[in-house]
Amino acid sequence: MPQTMSLLDASLDGGFGQPVFEAQAAFRLLMDAMARPGSRHRVDADVAAPGLSGPAQATLALTLCDADTPVWCDDAPPALGAWLAFHTGASLTAAPGEAAFAFVGLGGAVPDDLPLGSQDYPDRSATLVIEVRGFGEGERFRLAGPGIDGSCDLAVDGLPEDFAAFRAANRALFPRGLDVVLTAGREIVALPRSTHFIPSEG
Amino acid sequence: MNAATYNFAYLDEQTKRMIRRAILKALAIPGYQVPFAAREMPMPYGWGTGGVQVTAAVIGPGDVLKVIDQGADDTTNAVSIRAFFRKVAGVATTTHTAEATVIQTRHRIPEYPLKEGQILVYQVPIPEPLRFLEPRETETRVMHGLEDYGLMHVKLYEDIAHHGRIATAYAYPVKVAGRYVMDPSPIPKFDNPKMTMSPALQLFGAGREKRIYAVPPYTEVKSLDFEDHPFEVQTFNEPCALCGARNVYLDEVVLDDRGGRMFVCSDTDNCESRRTGTGAQS
Amino acid sequence: MYVAVKGGEAAIDNAHRLLADRRRGDRSLPAISEAQIAEQLSLAVDRVMAEASLYDPGLAALAIRQARGDMIEAIFILRAYRTTLPRFGISRPLDSRAMRIERRVSATYKDLPGGQLLGPTFDYTHRLLDPTLSGDPEVPEPSRRDGGVGGLARVSDILDGESLIEMEADEGAEPGDITRMPQEFPLSRAERLQSLARGDEGFLLALAYSTQRGYGRTHPFVGEIRIGLATVEIDIPELGFSVAIGEVRVTECQMVNQFKGSAERPPQFTRGYGLVFGQSERKAMAMSLCDRALRAAEYGEEITAPAQDEEFVISHCDNVEATGFVEHLKLPHYVDFQAELGLVRRLRAAWQERGVVSEAEEGDAPIGEAAQ
Repeated sequence: MPQTMSLLDASLDGGFGQPVFEAQAAFRLLMDAMARPGSRHRVDADVAAPGLSGPAQATLALTLCDADTPVWCDDAPPALGAWLAFHTGASLTAAPGEAAFAFVGLGGAVPDDLPLGSQDYPDRSATLVIEVRGFGEGERFRLAGPGIDGSCDLAVDGLPEDFAAFRAANRALFPRGLDVVLTAGREIVALPRSTHFIPSEG
Repeated sequence: MNAATYNFAYLDEQTKRMIRRAILKALAIPGYQVPFAAREMPMPYGWGTGGVQVTAAVIGPGDVLKVIDQGADDTTNAVSIRAFFRKVAGVATTTHTAEATVIQTRHRIPEYPLKEGQILVYQVPIPEPLRFLEPRETETRVMHGLEDYGLMHVKLYEDIAHHGRIATAYAYPVKVAGRYVMDPSPIPKFDNPKMTMSPALQLFGAGREKRIYAVPPYTEVKSLDFEDHPFEVQTFNEPCALCGARNVYLDEVVLDDRGGRMFVCSDTDNCESRRTGTGAQS
Repeated sequence: MYVAVKGGEAAIDNAHRLLADRRRGDRSLPAISEAQIAEQLSLAVDRVMAEASLYDPGLAALAIRQARGDMIEAIFILRAYRTTLPRFGISRPLDSRAMRIERRVSATYKDLPGGQLLGPTFDYTHRLLDPTLSGDPEVPEPSRRDGGVGGLARVSDILDGESLIEMEADEGAEPGDITRMPQEFPLSRAERLQSLARGDEGFLLALAYSTQRGYGRTHPFVGEIRIGLATVEIDIPELGFSVAIGEVRVTECQMVNQFKGSAERPPQFTRGYGLVFGQSERKAMAMSLCDRALRAAEYGEEITAPAQDEEFVISHCDNVEATGFVEHLKLPHYVDFQAELGLVRRLRAAWQERGVVSEAEEGDAPIGEAAQ
């Protein structure tokens, strides 16, 4: 019984206080992040989801997920399913191939069978959300492509192994491919599939 | 049934989320038309329901909205859409391009250069640039998938053969980030060069055709042309009769029935700012 | 001096006041009530409900009144309202076999269980203007069958019993929802039927007619048309059973079409299906003819006619979309027209320079072009 209660508590807490306006503000931040790949953004909302890494991941789920978007999460605790159902109407799926959004925790691995979209409908691909340790230090990349004036630099600490190889393979699929959102606590950096990702020295 | 029961910015949250997801996909695949389940809006299809849905999905209480039709803030449909958002979202509105955070437009890009952080929302009637060459969606979708734009080049080339030049004056097709051929909406080709490497974010909404597409800031937007027939824009021989501006798009105003006419700025805000010396102007 | 046109807001307000005035008409006549419209123009109300995809006679009547009797405008008003409604649940499929029948005719059998019921039909009225209807003449009560008519077997079930018509089994798949999902061609039959059910009556009628004249012929017989009240039930998960929430009047048409057979399957008739809110036989019949024509690919029939072309039919059958796009041409287009004007003047100047004809009255083109 106490078990059930705590599951219920966990599923009721951690949502937006003012869903309409907080979702709008969070979406604008995400849109800005997606429009300017590599730019760093910070979410304000005090939200938390059992099994998601931090406020940024929880904000993204609250802003974009609903009954039309199955969610995959590595090591999802049962409470996450209840939390998603209560706050967003989204359902958890155990099959990455069905996911519209995939959440990966720090040090987690990227599943290799997420939907990549088709040549005719490249939009039917998943958005991959990966928690990292932080930005500004760690592995350095030079980014170019739509949304970037020339090029910009990004340093990320705590990326999954083989991330560079994954990015290169993903970029080669264009216009198919995954759109990646890196999160670190409250911070967000988007790396849409259109971004060129060049390892740089120093 | 009364207005008070409608959600902020009219659309329900689920619809906004669906549109927001489509916008993010559109940004990730610049120039690709993302299908979305457009809703009926309380204004007719053709009046800008696509643009209105996009604006409703992005706008927040802190935004300042400008709406133009034919470049002008005071055309009846621009007035009507502005009033709609004032009513359902309570947002501040402006006619000054430089003050706006969100600009919804039909058929023009403002003359005053847009800046980072601004969002330009285009109303789009027929989002498919290949539609008049191939009416079937099932066919054009495959062409985009294969990046097979031969039909478009043949059409432009036939123009040159018949008329000595490319005979498209508005809705002039562009290629975005070297991949997708895109309809820039029915703006005069005069405005096409403003789209490339713009610091502003450009979103396109087609309500009846149920498509959303986007051009992120700092993205190459190239008007299709041929080496021996490069893309050209319209030039006007005379300046605006009201403000004297050159290198702006002009409307031809018929003054009488004896051939009398004058040319005045299409962008009314820019024209007025130049004449009164207020606000930012190009 | 030229002054740019201003005052859009005031002009719009004045236009709306004038519209309200014209809608009311002569103030010395009593205003018409929604109840009167719903009761005495009920087929207009039915059409608005059908094409707006919202079953609410009171609101449909209000929409008709607000639209001054412009049906497509009324459909549009009700549709725009519909999109704002939250969804509380999803009903079970209507059981048309169990419906309380008001009219039921079959063209394929002379008599059948339950018989032929003419119901409130115009079919055998002589279309003579009836001056006695002016004013408010006494109308006698109709004769009714005691206890009503319900649970009549459908003609398709009778044919089904002999395997003479193709089976339609519930595949158990979740049907798509054209109001919630982006459309992708080819559509499922469920999505196609949804589009046709809200499609414009006139457009579907013309297409159906074209199939009868050889543009995609389907050899149709009216298996059955039935009009009546069907019960709407929704499942209540907490209770574990379904609950009736009301009745809707619907018209169902089952068309029996061209038989098919192959080495694997004995010959069987094929079906076209129409189901419409309210009493609208014309629409239900047209819909069932279009449905069958649109199944051409399913039967390996050559697609040669407009009515068989799914993308053509479905993309153009919605009158709210169609009227919007046709009517939007009246919005200002002078920026684009200016662009075309400049182009045509340039082309004409170039043409005249080439010296083919010299009846030139054109001066210098005021608009040129410059390379970027």
